[in-house]
Amino acid sequence: MNLNVWVPLAVLGSSLLPGLIIFFLPEDRGALRTALNMTGAAVKVVLVHFMVYRLLVLGQIHEVGFGMGLGFAFVLRVDFLSLMFLSLSSNLWLVTTLYAVGYLEASPNRSRFFGFFSLCVTATTGIAMAGNPLTLFIFYEFLTLVTYPLVVHRETPAALRAGRTYLWYTILGGSLVFVGVVWLQTLAGPLDFTATGVLNALGPEYHSTLQVIFCFLIAGFGVKAALVPLHGWLPVAMVAPAPVSALLHAVAVVKAGAFCIVRTVYDIYGRDFAGELGLLGPLATAATLTILFGSLQAIAQTDLKKRLAYSTVSQVSYITLGTALISTFSTVGAIVHLVHQGIMKITLFFCAGNIAETLELHDIREMKGVARRMPLTAALFSLAALGMIGVPPLAGFVSKWCLGLGGLSAGQGWVIGVLVLSSLLNAVYFLPIIYTLWFEEPDHQWESFRQSRLETPWTLLFPPVFTAMASLLAGLFAAWPWSPLGVARQITLGMGIGP
Amino acid sequence: MPGLALLLPFAGAILLFVLPGRLRSGLGVLAAVLMVCAGAGVAVEVYAQGPIRFTLGGWDVPLGIGISIDGLSVLFLLLTDGIGLVVSVYSRAYFSMPENSAKAALFWPLWFMLWGALNALFCTADIFNTYVLLELISISAAALAALSGSLPSLNAALRYFLVAMAGSLAFLLGVGFLYAQTGVLDMYALSEILPDSPLSAVAFGLICVGLLSKTALFPFHFWLPPAHGNAPAPVSAVLSGLVIKGSFFILLKFWFVVFHGQSGPEQTGWILGILAMAAALWGSYQALIQSRLKLIIAYSSVGQLGYMFLIFPLLSGDIDPAWTLQAWVGCGYQILSHGLAKAALFLAVGSLILTSKTDNIHQLRNIAVCLPMTSFTMGLAGVSLMGLPPSGGFMAKWMFLQAILAGNQWWLALVPVLGGLLTAGYMFRLLSHAFVSEAQAACYGRVASGMEKTALILALSSILIGFRTQEVVFFLQERTLIPALGGGGP
Repeated sequence: MNLNVWVPLAVLGSSLLPGLIIFFLPEDRGALRTALNMTGAAVKVVLVHFMVYRLLVLGQIHEVGFGMGLGFAFVLRVDFLSLMFLSLSSNLWLVTTLYAVGYLEASPNRSRFFGFFSLCVTATTGIAMAGNPLTLFIFYEFLTLVTYPLVVHRETPAALRAGRTYLWYTILGGSLVFVGVVWLQTLAGPLDFTATGVLNALGPEYHSTLQVIFCFLIAGFGVKAALVPLHGWLPVAMVAPAPVSALLHAVAVVKAGAFCIVRTVYDIYGRDFAGELGLLGPLATAATLTILFGSLQAIAQTDLKKRLAYSTVSQVSYITLGTALISTFSTVGAIVHLVHQGIMKITLFFCAGNIAETLELHDIREMKGVARRMPLTAALFSLAALGMIGVPPLAGFVSKWCLGLGGLSAGQGWVIGVLVLSSLLNAVYFLPIIYTLWFEEPDHQWESFRQSRLETPWTLLFPPVFTAMASLLAGLFAAWPWSPLGVARQITLGMGIGP
Repeated sequence: MPGLALLLPFAGAILLFVLPGRLRSGLGVLAAVLMVCAGAGVAVEVYAQGPIRFTLGGWDVPLGIGISIDGLSVLFLLLTDGIGLVVSVYSRAYFSMPENSAKAALFWPLWFMLWGALNALFCTADIFNTYVLLELISISAAALAALSGSLPSLNAALRYFLVAMAGSLAFLLGVGFLYAQTGVLDMYALSEILPDSPLSAVAFGLICVGLLSKTALFPFHFWLPPAHGNAPAPVSAVLSGLVIKGSFFILLKFWFVVFHGQSGPEQTGWILGILAMAAALWGSYQALIQSRLKLIIAYSSVGQLGYMFLIFPLLSGDIDPAWTLQAWVGCGYQILSHGLAKAALFLAVGSLILTSKTDNIHQLRNIAVCLPMTSFTMGLAGVSLMGLPPSGGFMAKWMFLQAILAGNQWWLALVPVLGGLLTAGYMFRLLSHAFVSEAQAACYGRVASGMEKTALILALSSILIGFRTQEVVFFLQERTLIPALGGGGP
């Protein structure tokens, strides 16, 4: 049995199969559904880390492909860049599934929800493992399709409107990517991500065409990565249930967009060639604008989930910014922020979901003194928020440090200014929440609500504890070679641009 | 085997006409199964041994009727037999429901007559025989369209019939001009000896206009939405999925075989390009603003037809021969995936209308909860129509867009890209109404689960054909008797 072929397929199958089975389960088979979900999630985590081990320690590349003739090839290839995104999505799927089981207890249409939830992660891992632009596009569109039913899950008019907005943005983005991918293929044939030099070799007469194609691809991927002005769908999609928001923001959709931008720059064009074509400057500008605009918008929101959504708009663009700078540090920063932003943002959404589910509070102004009723949730929220601001030794600080170093070594000192300004803005919109949670007098007494020893069911409490601890440890032990930062450095080494 | 495939449906039609009612539906399904076996046998023979050519009754070509079954015919035959079987199974349940049972006696013979005529059309190499079969198709299709007996459906069927007749007349006149010039009726013989004369050009124009009006390409599409939108569900599925493909197939044959190398096709390809674009945009736009379920789907056919016609402008421009095959594969995939997805959609909507008793999307409630399988079917069919991966529709768009970009005909790219966006617009509009829920509105009636499953099978097939291209490419590249492709078999 050839592990290099079967393991990537098994990673896809570990969520695809449970998803398909769950669709056909009756609503009342909750235990079986949870068992299927959790088994699939656990198997996926094990398989993914088995591949991480084989790649980083044994240097084994996993690859499987099916050619269908006429240059149409479906290729899965687990390379260094895939690893971080794969590991992030498999781990966070596990905790989010647990959270969703608790969150959606006794709500209708759970089979449909968990079915699409599993397919969503299948699409994400597919994006991570895609070995050529065509495969990437296939999973990218698949992701759009399977997230739509999750966004409209509540079936309220607001949810349906949000779903419509989401679709218009993503379908439009998808067709831009489609044109870009087909165009690349007619110019250069099936372009595996390993063959980075091909576009470079096309000759200068193709350069303007390549610039146009780059714009198509970035605009298409930028929709999911919520690059301003393509971010409009993200705050609207907040009507979805909390686990969906958590997944959309931290793992699946937004990250997929950012990851695809990284792929485009590094593995389709090649970073240096993209720089020669003069494409990285505009990309960095777009990322900077998004970072600042998202933070400014976040300040104006009073709905907690909306504020977090605009915060995502801003934070995800750190990844794009890091990608657009020609420096090893910024690459490390971009890759590590993929994970750091994921674990911190998912913690924030879990906590927001807990507050909404337990106390039915959505507006920040109503959350006075929530910490007295839900101390643990408030503590975890504060930890993740401080991490987002970039307070050492939390994970967010590590990302920002790398990006800053990257900016300096790329000779782009203004990046430091952007980071400082953005951190200030982060503080402006996160610190008041922390203050409200901990220090303001509550309007009413919480104690009468309390039913059990825990402040909320353990399935809702354990996931944020886990992810918050992860964001603390990722910052504290950043120097350890198997921390996210350490792995990101190994990845950049493996990509051949490391120090 | 090919002879059996041609004769079986007609024998079935006669038997079904004379047989008493209670045996009818069972025999219909049995005949349908036999048809699929015969069709598969023909496909295997062509795959293994190359195109089949023979003459009916052993009379040689100037006298006898030539039959030619090549790779392109096989694709159409397999599509027809596949959809035919599924529609027959669906119809068995559909026409056993009390409100529809009175129509069964008329439906079965007409349906097999139509099926037989379609199968024969894909196999004939004789242009007069083509005319006869086109007439047979028009008559049985128009009769089927009138089957529900309501006033709008009679109106629509009459309009359809008149347009089809006018189209047939134009076609016949063109055939007459060709015969007068050459004295030959065989397509392949004509292709070799037809002079590039003004008379040939007139014949070309007449034949094209006749076939375009039967295929309902914009601006000849006006008869299609009412005719397809008012027929019973299985009939709509057949009309949209198969019947318009029949005249399209003949157009391909005339364009790329009979008139190959003539000035007609080379100089008028761009006109069809403009019409294709207008069809894709106008049809999809109309689908976006309709509020009746079946009209949405019928207008969607008008739009999707536009994609198929891309092959004419693509191949009449100065395309690099290396990309010819892409255009053909795109066209083949569009035919297959649209046929399957559209038939699935009409069957699914048929079940939906039977349960919810309404054809208006604004009155749909709780569809996703009451009919999960049918909603899923509509979703899958939508994926294929939108051309999202992985599906047959995606392969079609992918191949077409490659040929378009490689052939530097940028303006044509609007068809798959904008058309795809509009398609997504109306499909998701339809689907989002399925998600509207209302606690009070309970599920109304139920349909036989077989009806829901058959639609799902079609929708799944329209997705699954996107996973394997080798056979489609092989049939088109190695087994198709079209000069531009040069596949004559071993």
